[in-house]
Amino acid sequence: MLVTGASGLLGSVVARVLVDRGEQVRTLQRRPSGVAGAVDVAGSVTDPDVVARAVEGVDGVVHLAAKVSLAGDPADFDAVNVGGTSTVLDAARHAGVPRFVQVSSPSVAHAGSSLVGVGAEPADPTRAHGDYARTKGLAELLALAADDGSAGTDVVAVRPHLVWGPGDTQLVERVVDRAARGRLPLLGHGAALVDSTYVDNAADGIVAALDRLRDAPDVVRGRAYVLTNGEPRTVADLMAGICGAAGVPAPAWRVPAGLARAAGSVVEAVWRVRPGTDEPPMTRFLAEQLSTAHWFDQRATRADLGWTPAVSIDEGMERLAAYYADRTR
Amino acid sequence: MTARAGARAADTVPPGLPGLEVRYSRVLTDACGAQWHYLDNLPDLADAADEALEGTVLAVHGNPTWSYLWRRLVAAGAEAGWRVVAVDQLEMGLSQRAADPADRYRTLPERVADLAAFTDALGLTGPVVTLGHDWGGVVSLGWAVDHPDRLAGVALLNTAVHQPDDVPLPAPLRLALAGPVLPLGTRSTRAFLETTLALARPALPAHVADAYRLPYRRADERAGIEGFVADIPAGREHPSRPELDRIAAGVAALKVPALMLWGPHDPIFSDRYLDDLVHRLPHAHVHRFADAGHLVAEDADWVGPVTGWLRTTVEPSGPAGPSAGPSAGPQPPFVPLWAALDARAADAAPAVLDLSAAEGSVARSVTWRALHRQVLRVAAGLHAIGVRRGDRVSLLVEPGPTLTALVYACLRIGAVVVVADAGLGVRGMTRAQRGAWPQFVVAQRKGLAAARTLGWPGVRISADALSPAVRRALGVEHELVDVARAGQGTDLPPEPGPLDEAAVLFTSGSTGPAKGVVYTHAQLSALRDVLAAHLDVGAGTGLVTGFAPFALLGPALGTRSVTPVMDVSRPRTLTARAVADAVRAADGDMVFLSPAAILNVVDTAGELDAADRDALARVRTFLSTGAPIGADLLAAAARLMPRATAHTPYGMTECLLVTDITGDGVRDAAAEPDDGVCVGVPLPGVEVLVSALDAGGAATGEPGRAPGVLGEVLVRAPHLKQRYDRLWLTDRAAERDTPPGRWHRTGDVGHLDDAGRLWIEGRLAHVLTTADGPLAPVGPEQHAERVAQVRRAAVVGVGPAGVQHAVAVVETLPATRRPGLAPARLAAAVRGACPVPLVAVLVAPRMPTDVRHNSKIDRARLAAWADGILTGGRVGAP
Repeated sequence: MLVTGASGLLGSVVARVLVDRGEQVRTLQRRPSGVAGAVDVAGSVTDPDVVARAVEGVDGVVHLAAKVSLAGDPADFDAVNVGGTSTVLDAARHAGVPRFVQVSSPSVAHAGSSLVGVGAEPADPTRAHGDYARTKGLAELLALAADDGSAGTDVVAVRPHLVWGPGDTQLVERVVDRAARGRLPLLGHGAALVDSTYVDNAADGIVAALDRLRDAPDVVRGRAYVLTNGEPRTVADLMAGICGAAGVPAPAWRVPAGLARAAGSVVEAVWRVRPGTDEPPMTRFLAEQLSTAHWFDQRATRADLGWTPAVSIDEGMERLAAYYADRTR
Repeated sequence: MTARAGARAADTVPPGLPGLEVRYSRVLTDACGAQWHYLDNLPDLADAADEALEGTVLAVHGNPTWSYLWRRLVAAGAEAGWRVVAVDQLEMGLSQRAADPADRYRTLPERVADLAAFTDALGLTGPVVTLGHDWGGVVSLGWAVDHPDRLAGVALLNTAVHQPDDVPLPAPLRLALAGPVLPLGTRSTRAFLETTLALARPALPAHVADAYRLPYRRADERAGIEGFVADIPAGREHPSRPELDRIAAGVAALKVPALMLWGPHDPIFSDRYLDDLVHRLPHAHVHRFADAGHLVAEDADWVGPVTGWLRTTVEPSGPAGPSAGPSAGPQPPFVPLWAALDARAADAAPAVLDLSAAEGSVARSVTWRALHRQVLRVAAGLHAIGVRRGDRVSLLVEPGPTLTALVYACLRIGAVVVVADAGLGVRGMTRAQRGAWPQFVVAQRKGLAAARTLGWPGVRISADALSPAVRRALGVEHELVDVARAGQGTDLPPEPGPLDEAAVLFTSGSTGPAKGVVYTHAQLSALRDVLAAHLDVGAGTGLVTGFAPFALLGPALGTRSVTPVMDVSRPRTLTARAVADAVRAADGDMVFLSPAAILNVVDTAGELDAADRDALARVRTFLSTGAPIGADLLAAAARLMPRATAHTPYGMTECLLVTDITGDGVRDAAAEPDDGVCVGVPLPGVEVLVSALDAGGAATGEPGRAPGVLGEVLVRAPHLKQRYDRLWLTDRAAERDTPPGRWHRTGDVGHLDDAGRLWIEGRLAHVLTTADGPLAPVGPEQHAERVAQVRRAAVVGVGPAGVQHAVAVVETLPATRRPGLAPARLAAAVRGACPVPLVAVLVAPRMPTDVRHNSKIDRARLAAWADGILTGGRVGAP
């Protein structure tokens, strides 16, 4: 198996799960994956030669490598997320890799309004907000289109939503860091319900997708699945849970959601002409994510992938707390 | 045709009309040379064998519409096995326009003859079901009366066949008919056409309205509209009046199945005309669509009901469906409700005590002898002023001897009493009175004033003595004292039979608009018998109750009855002292109260003195009727009546007694809690089944008694209602997929346990449909309410059906002032107490409830409120 982007939290857990069940695992990313038992191939997914070496002889690819950021040069997003996916896909098909899991994001079908109890709508890069969602949308369309129904490389797209867990730098670290500095507001009333996914569940789901491509390809190939814990929580609950686990004060001040969106647009524009080294404090995409409901119908995901989340939100929070307790000791 | 001014041949429809395919459109010329346009679904039936065809629906539109009105049935008819022919009347729609028709218009007898010429030209054989709307209803009935050999049924949408001489025409028609207004309103301008199209509720989509306008765009095309209006038989001398009277009389003799689908919001064909038709065709299936108006064919889903009626009522040659006949099996001998009154006709003991008329502590007492005499006098008097068997008499009189005498007098002569609780409020009451359309109304001053100002139907009879000026002002025709006097020494008409209708009782309206529930004499007698047998009520019992249906059963049970001093429409006005007074006055040993009344009685217990407490200690049976009450409240009430056995029966307006549980039973159930409220075991003679809920929350399971299965509760009992009043589709829904016999789907959900006890878990409409299956709210709510800080909880669903998540909304102690997300600690406590996953816990200062009970939480509104907050919307009060 090849796992791209295994230096990230989710990628490393996926690689570890595969190693743990006795698979031969190769990883591809620029930095060491740190996954014991996996063979790292160092390099970029945009480099065809490296990628060709990486896919050689594997019977499945889990493609996670992506530029995940709230800001940055649009060309970078295109190069890594669209170009990289295209390169890995081409290589996999050329090498005759039978199974390909494209790890995507629910934001590819999110145009800013609330999503309540919906399934995996088709990706729509033209309406997606932000370069990340736009390029991930294009990448998913590319990947699914690569499965033309013939024998060759079967493709499924999996969209884990708001993945978190011990060691997560995307959501947890940002929340904890800002809360510790007293700079974490709640948008609106913090009452929007959002789905999230504990990292182990997301990894299990991705591995399940890989297995289903082998066991029941006609059920899942060419399709996209949103993957969540199936336990929506209010944004306030989720923030409070994460802060509580990390032992920092929960957010206590509020910013009207409309204001946050407007501010996000301004900040985005400023960051675009004067890119800083830091992440912008707010973007329109983030403001929308944190002030509108987005939770999903998991029935098709669970039925088709034959998967259910093993770790509940509450248990995940306990694990997170244990992780922070361990770190501060 | 010659090309004279205004003349135009019949034509087929142009393509592109919404919902109407060109292939149905046809033209024919009859034997008189008249050219007709009509819609015919024959193309759909080309492949069907003749024997597969059930018959033909002949549909006749009114003024100023055309056959387009019937397009949905035309399209659906073939699948139901029926040919549908929808004709454009001459001068209307796309049928011919004669030259200069304004010189004279076609009269009703001509129109009826025209239609016969059309069906002859079509070669229409039987069986035929006529269908008509507006004045097309009259024409279609004319055809029906004239073709008994081919007639298989009649169906009507808002129409009329009779205009009483003493009732003015509806105002819009009077205006249209007034002198120069007629041609102006109907022909020169499109006023009449546009006014009619504007009656649609909701408004017609623009392209549909345009389709209706299609044949009437030019003034000369609208001559037929004017002619139709001019032909309205406004007075006795009108040339079309004899034909109308002939049809009206002929309709009353029809025995074929009849269906009436009505939009009550009609300024022209109001409920008055529906009532007239119901009297002519008493066997008709009638449904009033609560929100529909004159264009009921546009406002309501009527095609399914029509094809359903064709299938279940017209097609079978055998007996009618389950709702028509009495229940199978041997019937116990029928003992009429007034039998106990007759038996005690010479008894000088008190029958009814009236505390509101008390002077000092002595109540006004009416003996059995006096009550019996008064009932006979009022009965004969009502008959003398024209109240006939089957006539409806609305009673707006507070409980007491007067109401009691009126009820038994009406029952004795076969008049149907209409009882609607004042708790419905003015709007609900008006809706109920219009819906039931009583011929007479007996009321006290307040009710008379409401009847007058709100235009409630019925000849007004005052229960109080009034001055001549007030009488005139309130439009009162009779006073009850005069009625009783008129009945003195007069013979009574024959007694009604067990299958005759006896009463229309209105539901509380807390679960949708109030519905009239029809009971026969046999069913009311059965209610009396189950009560007498179960609670051991007899001649020596003294019954204290402010709860209307049971208060009125006192004389039927042969017991003394008394109403405590209270405002009966506001049960919370009942105090503990008032109950004690009533118990003393009636030597009462049985007390029936509603939950809201019990709450106040317990709250005011501090006012009781030693004598009051002694009086209450005599009570041996205590009954709480209505919504289930908590064990704590029941225990508090039981402490006031220490020797009484507490009963809390479960029932509804449709079946007043289904199950019963005693105070001990409530304690037993509390010791082994299960989801929902335990309401005990069915009363003798009552059967309860449960129809399991499917994943979508619909009660589709085969009704059964398996324990632990969550589903809709079905009941069957000798005292179950006969039907809903003028709500045939509601009847059908309530009897859907039930076992043989008369069963009723209650709309409540719950389960049976191993001991045969029923546990109620909420209303079917409030069931959540989660990805894990249906979830009834009451069970989790009970768990949430165990949290000390929670006063009351409601569990509602957010999100689309099938993937809903549960949210708990709680009222707290002390009450929060601001609605929104619950504080973290409270949320954690509620989550911990609840056995189902909750995605959020919200607090509300006060939850929306129904007006009447102040206890049934409006979960639909609460769910919408929670949904708004949890999608990131505004946080307001629920």
